Amino acid sequence: MKLSIKAVALGAALLLAPLTARAVGEATTYPEVHFSFDGIFGSFDRAAAQRGLQVYKEVCSTCHSMHLLSYRNLVDLGLTPEQAGAVAASFTVTDGPNDEGAMFERPGRLADRFRRPYPNDNAARASNNGALPPDLSVITKAREGGAEYIHALLTGFRDPPPGFVMGSGMNYNAYFPGHQIAMPNILNPDQVAYGDQTPATVDQMARDVATFLTWAAEPELEQRRAMGVKIILFLIVLAGLTYALKRKIWADLH
Amino acid sequence: MGIGLHNSEFKNPVIRWVDQRLPVFTMMQKEYGTFPTPKNFNYFWNFGALAMVTLMVMILTGVFLAMNYTAHTSMAFDSVERIMRDVNYGWLLRYIHMNGASMFFIVVYTHIFRGMYYGSYKAPRELLWMTGVVIFLLMMATAFMGYVLPWGQMSFWGATVITNLFSAFPIIGDSIVTWLWGGFSVDNPTLNRFFSLHYLLPFVIAGVVFLHIAALHITGSNNPLGVEPKGPQDTIPFHPYYTIKDSFGLVIYFVVFAVLVFFIPNYLGHPDNYIPANPLVTPPHIVPEWYFLPFYAILRAVPDKLGGVLMMFGSIALLFVLPWLDGSPVRSMRFRPLARPFFLLWVVAVVVLGYVGGKPAEEPFVTISRFAAAYYFAYFLVILPLLARIERPLPLPESISRPVLRGGGPLPAGAAAKPMEKA
Ligand code: HEC
Ligand code: HEM
Repeated sequence: MKLSIKAVALGAALLLAPLTARAVGEATTYPEVHFSFDGIFGSFDRAAAQRGLQVYKEVCSTCHSMHLLSYRNLVDLGLTPEQAGAVAASFTVTDGPNDEGAMFERPGRLADRFRRPYPNDNAARASNNGALPPDLSVITKAREGGAEYIHALLTGFRDPPPGFVMGSGMNYNAYFPGHQIAMPNILNPDQVAYGDQTPATVDQMARDVATFLTWAAEPELEQRRAMGVKIILFLIVLAGLTYALKRKIWADLH
Repeated sequence: MGIGLHNSEFKNPVIRWVDQRLPVFTMMQKEYGTFPTPKNFNYFWNFGALAMVTLMVMILTGVFLAMNYTAHTSMAFDSVERIMRDVNYGWLLRYIHMNGASMFFIVVYTHIFRGMYYGSYKAPRELLWMTGVVIFLLMMATAFMGYVLPWGQMSFWGATVITNLFSAFPIIGDSIVTWLWGGFSVDNPTLNRFFSLHYLLPFVIAGVVFLHIAALHITGSNNPLGVEPKGPQDTIPFHPYYTIKDSFGLVIYFVVFAVLVFFIPNYLGHPDNYIPANPLVTPPHIVPEWYFLPFYAILRAVPDKLGGVLMMFGSIALLFVLPWLDGSPVRSMRFRPLARPFFLLWVVAVVVLGYVGGKPAEEPFVTISRFAAAYYFAYFLVILPLLARIERPLPLPESISRPVLRGGGPLPAGAAAKPMEKA
């Protein structure tokens, strides 16, 4: 028994090592925000995620692609197929070549991927002061801090502190590594008109779009956690039964 | 044994018919049924079975991932994300495979620790131990190449850094690197061959595991006391005693595994690997997967590149010759009052190396890594050989079932008695 405790301790040490090793570089703390999907039982607040979709669609999508998502995925966000179809149709996509060999434009369909704002990366750079707006499909998995970081970034635009030298066309952001970001401060109060009367403060929009982006990055999150609870409960019961059986089988040895 | 049908003891006519011609049932019965096993295992002896199950889990999930994965630089990243989104339960397959690699290393590290603590590498189990080290090396190669497949930033830059190590070798170094890459940088040919090898190596591992088990069933298992079973009173049949004990351990193991997969699937990963590979942008900190960090730290502890590479390979090569570095006839550290603390300190050194391996190469981490690396080598090359001469072990139990402590000194001469012959 003493040794199995050691085994557990060793295992724990091995698990914790990367955590501590993770804290590389400057440790930034982000403003405290609560998300509906926090914790191990959290799930997506559909209303917030849909508002976030609106923010993405009306603001971010002019610069950022989300090419891993299709409009049909929006049904999982609680939209009806008609509503999702309407979102798709609000974008014009290039299709083709047709029978004459020509490319043509048509309204988006459910089966289409989210439309990319620029034809290619160079065009995106050319319009953004040389910086490439990253694809946002998995952005919350691709940044330390995830949704919290996105929220902090979007609410973190400030005037540069005195003496801070800014590159031309750059913007000061309290949470972006290095503090100079090529993305402008695009969220202003009432930037979007929410259908559900939620006041569109910068903080609210940042939280909503962070929720939407988390859903986009981990659409399986709710199913995963629900399945995990069931499987772990099952395994715990099974462990109890197996242990009882083990005791029974070993009983004649002692 | 003459030519002719095998003398099967099975009653069922179908099983008997097969067994007479191909005695796989007799073999299973002998190796996993009646196989005489020391009766005093603790839970550390579960980890071999856990490793075996993990290998099977990796192969199963891997084969299904490979059905949907595309090994091309322009499609690999998206194909993995497509698995996560559009393949039925693809996220489950991928998260099991991804975290399974970490679980595999946790299990194997514990398994190695067990072997070192209880002296399982000593005669007559040297080859058993060495096949284990081969498995460990193959696992590292497999996991390294697997990590390249999703073609994220860490995939690409990790592959670049690690393959570049070979350029440290004089004269032929650069040619080796070009040969490994299949070109002049990590690119599509590299990804393609890594996928091919990543698919192949696990089956090579399975083959070496077979040898590992075959060797085990010649010498029999070691046990926490490190004294060989002296007779039937010291052993129990593998089934049902250890099949049920391993089953219990396995269920507990799956609980830990499930917590990772279902609740913190990306905890052990690096966020940068969700950024598609970009040869033009170097991430601020390139760190390998956690299970490589101790060796990465040894590599960086040496100021000279070639020296670092040699030390890193040397740190594993030492494991191969461990049976000959440790001359003490006493196996279990329980009876080695000096070796025990030195060994536990070695474990601490490895954990410390893992910690500094994930830190940037700056002070105080560099100095810490040098001390820890120095101790890592000193343990094998100085401390163990020395202790074999000067350490006076505690009195050894006469046998497993009669741990009556009388007199001290080294193991009795007949230590290598084969339990199988007694059953
Ligand atoms: C005018 C174009 C534009 C708009 C609109 C825009 N962005 Fe950006 N964004 C950029 C550019 C350019 C970058 C790259 C910045 C850099 O690398 O310096 C960027 C970078 C980012 C990053 C990555 C930061 C990092 O850590 O690397 C995130 C996250 C982001 N934007 C989110 C958003 C969200 C959410 C919205 C909508 C609310 C949005 N952006 C709207 C241009 C834009
Ligand atoms: C020794 C057993 C194995 C180990 C340790 C291992 C390890 C890994 C690792 C670390 C990754 C990267 C995970 C990620 O970050 O996404 C990976 C990916 C992958 N592996 Fe394996 N693997 C093993 C066996 C196999 C086998 C047998 C196959 C195929 C038959 C396979 C197929 C794949 C595929 C297709 C990927 C890319 C998909 C992905 O990245 O999720 N693996 N493996």
